[in-house]
Amino acid sequence: MDLVVLVAIQVLYAIASLALISVGLAIIFGMMRVINLAHGEFLMLGGYAAIVATSNGMSIWLAMLVVAPIVVGIIGVIVERTIIRFLYGRMIDTMLATWGLSLFLVGLTTAMFGNTTVGISAPLGSFQIGAYRTSVYTLFVIAVATGVLAGIYAVMRWTRLGLLARGTMQNANMAAALGVNPPRVYAITFGVGAALSGLAGAVLAPVSGVFPTIGVAYVAKSFITVIGGGAAILSGTASASVLFGTINQIATFATTPVFGEVALLAAAIVLIRLLPQGITGRFFRRGL
Amino acid sequence: MNDRALNVIGLALVGVVGAAFLILTPRFAELDAVLELTVFMIMAILALSLALVWGYGGILCFGQSAFFGLGAYTYAIAMFNIGESTGPLLLAIGLPAAFAALLGYFMFYGRISDVYLGVITLTVTLILFNSVNSTAGPEFHIGVARLGGFNGIPGIPPLNIPGNKAAPVDLEGMFYLATASLLATYFGLRWLLASRFGRIIVGIRENERRAELLGYDPRVYKLATFTVGGALAGFAGCLFANWGAFVSPTIFGLAQSAQIIIWVIVGGRGTLIGPIVGCIGIQWLTTALGANQPSGSDWMTNLMANAPFILGIILVAFVLLVPRGLVPTLGDIGHWLLRLRARPAAPSLKPKQAEEG
Repeated sequence: MDLVVLVAIQVLYAIASLALISVGLAIIFGMMRVINLAHGEFLMLGGYAAIVATSNGMSIWLAMLVVAPIVVGIIGVIVERTIIRFLYGRMIDTMLATWGLSLFLVGLTTAMFGNTTVGISAPLGSFQIGAYRTSVYTLFVIAVATGVLAGIYAVMRWTRLGLLARGTMQNANMAAALGVNPPRVYAITFGVGAALSGLAGAVLAPVSGVFPTIGVAYVAKSFITVIGGGAAILSGTASASVLFGTINQIATFATTPVFGEVALLAAAIVLIRLLPQGITGRFFRRGL
Repeated sequence: MNDRALNVIGLALVGVVGAAFLILTPRFAELDAVLELTVFMIMAILALSLALVWGYGGILCFGQSAFFGLGAYTYAIAMFNIGESTGPLLLAIGLPAAFAALLGYFMFYGRISDVYLGVITLTVTLILFNSVNSTAGPEFHIGVARLGGFNGIPGIPPLNIPGNKAAPVDLEGMFYLATASLLATYFGLRWLLASRFGRIIVGIRENERRAELLGYDPRVYKLATFTVGGALAGFAGCLFANWGAFVSPTIFGLAQSAQIIIWVIVGGRGTLIGPIVGCIGIQWLTTALGANQPSGSDWMTNLMANAPFILGIILVAFVLLVPRGLVPTLGDIGHWLLRLRARPAAPSLKPKQAEEG
């Protein structure tokens, strides 16, 4: 029984962390059709932002939940203005340019922070489930993921900004004719996506540590989740995270963490063969 | 001068320069330079494999290094088990080709779009990297060959003269073999692309729907192109395993994949000579950057000696400013100059036309 609860928490954690690392990418891809291969590096920058802020005496909660999203969000807006905006509609070229950006950021952070893992210890301690102990931080990550998804839903559904964003996503020309400024919406959207990636990177930094090439560990998983999810940002990310997170965690329990990841990636390839439009291409079509 | 004549001159030029390079280099260069040039030649074969798949087939494969690594590992493992190099060489070409065919079946018959294709090939590369990386224990072996995990496989025996185990290929022989293979690959691909098959795959790249309506099945042609590309990359991997007598999982890595893409985009998609030039240029640059790696100096100098940093800037700059690559752009400028000279009478009538032409 205790083991069942423990496994359930681990599965929920796997789902939550997948959703967290993917949601920024899902916003950028779902709304702007931009494949951002520097996504993993945005997560990495979020981790570094949190660690630098903490080591300068800032509270870890402030560093993770406020500083990291703001720093990476600003970087996102700069990237959108200097590189991405010249490449709208040229998907392949955006992929290549953002890949170049990712190499650039890896090189830059290696030169600045060195090629070693830095970490902050996870706060909150641990708690007891029968014979097992697990960390409270796991529950915190699950809470953050839930909060982020709920927040996006609320913004998209009930605010003016969400309305403009959805309108621009559906038909940019019509939105422009009605007085919306699409380039501005794009820049804000990209910034928000980057900020959420920064938040995710910072929240996961105490678990995984941060090093310049950590983006590689994230990028494939988050792409798989977004593409497996399909066009709808929220329901797609959520359903794909549930599917892949469960597969990953169960395979990890049965074998080793490495083969858990291999199982995740292999399952994703089969899924894309079966449902080329992603899960929301077939199910939950009307989702947000 | 028409295009056909230019074409023949170009082919002859490549042949003459290539042959001169092949014969003269070992006579005049030091052995370490020959060794370095050998790996450039091997990587140029790898660049050609992506030039075919992406530049002509229009298939953006982010995972060309998967086939490269698979070829290298296959050769290494088979070599330890068999001991005579003809079989391992054929396996190192055949297995990546078969793997490419299987993967291609999933992708092309699933009719997924270009972008997803890029992501899937990237994912497969990461799967291979992760799996091979975690096989460090002694329980992971194929026959007598240990996989070695992140330590890689050292001490791979070199190729030998077919049928004669006692006659291994030496370092200079390796240079001749790699250079001759590169030339053979280049001319082989020129022939392939001039054939009916080559015309069709370029047609599919230009407009897949139209090619399909004309009765060609794009899935079959794309699958064939992808498989040939996989075989070529596997062959390059086999030569690479020979060259260093060592393979490690990093050859599956993203950095390796990125390099191949950068070679092709810098040299130019839709040409064969471009990716070779791009490959050798970038390789030379990264070797030069790595060579003057400063120790303990300030971080600005560190940055300038940092290969990913420089490669990233090159990639972004080329996508934004020279999206067609060096060779096609230079070719355009050359054509433009030729046409300027070919029309000397025009300016006297309409002075502005010469500038526009």
